[in-house]
Amino acid sequence: MPETPILAHSGVLIASIQSALSDSEILSLRSQLLARISHKSVRGVVIDVSALDVLDSFATRTLNELASGARLRGAQTVVVGIQPDVALSMVLLGLTLRDAETALDLDAALGLLESAAGRRDG
Amino acid sequence: MADLRSSLRVTIARDADVVAARQRGRAVAAEVGLSRPDQALLATAISELARNVVNYAGRGEALIEAVSQVGRRGVLVTVSDNGPGIDNIEAALSDGFSTGGSLGLGLPGARRIVDEFDIESKPGEGVRVRILKWA
Repeated sequence: MPETPILAHSGVLIASIQSALSDSEILSLRSQLLARISHKSVRGVVIDVSALDVLDSFATRTLNELASGARLRGAQTVVVGIQPDVALSMVLLGLTLRDAETALDLDAALGLLESAAGRRDG
Repeated sequence: MADLRSSLRVTIARDADVVAARQRGRAVAAEVGLSRPDQALLATAISELARNVVNYAGRGEALIEAVSQVGRRGVLVTVSDNGPGIDNIEAALSDGFSTGGSLGLGLPGARRIVDEFDIESKPGEGVRVRILKWA
């Protein structure tokens, strides 16, 4: 299974999940992202989950852990591309991404992070 | 629960098998004619149940069956193991228990998103959960 590539661009880490991830792969992605946040000045993390057809309790919990860990380092997390069917399942299961923002796509996520930075600096 | 048509067995022994089980379940659900949202719900329920097998029993299986009953079709999934079992099924099924984060077996959630759900477990004799979703 291909590892999730992580790109860095102007203080934003972008992780684009390529295919279904096992629990250990999700944990590994979380650890890699948190490690990179600690080593560099990162203001935002964007995770593209559009390739995922299931976001269950474990995946949601792990994304929340990532987002709250990132927040403690001053970085905001945006989850993008949650599929409509996945969103419905999450609602019915009562799963929420309370520590992360969400956006429809990468552009919207970067816009969110820009406006957050603007508010902070301005 | 319903007449048996065809079946597929997936061994669950490590976390990659959780992904395989839910993907197989979803594929059968698509063949049977479940809507896309229902396919996602079934796959998510399988994911929760299969993870419990890996985490608490170490090894088990998912039996995925296309079933039909008086003109309607559905998918029956039986997830079973020979692990330690669940001491207090009622507690494991209660919502408060899992949202407290301590037990968190995902059972109340899984039950909520399928049409039929039953669980059998005796301490020391494993767990068998059957879920069914109609098209």
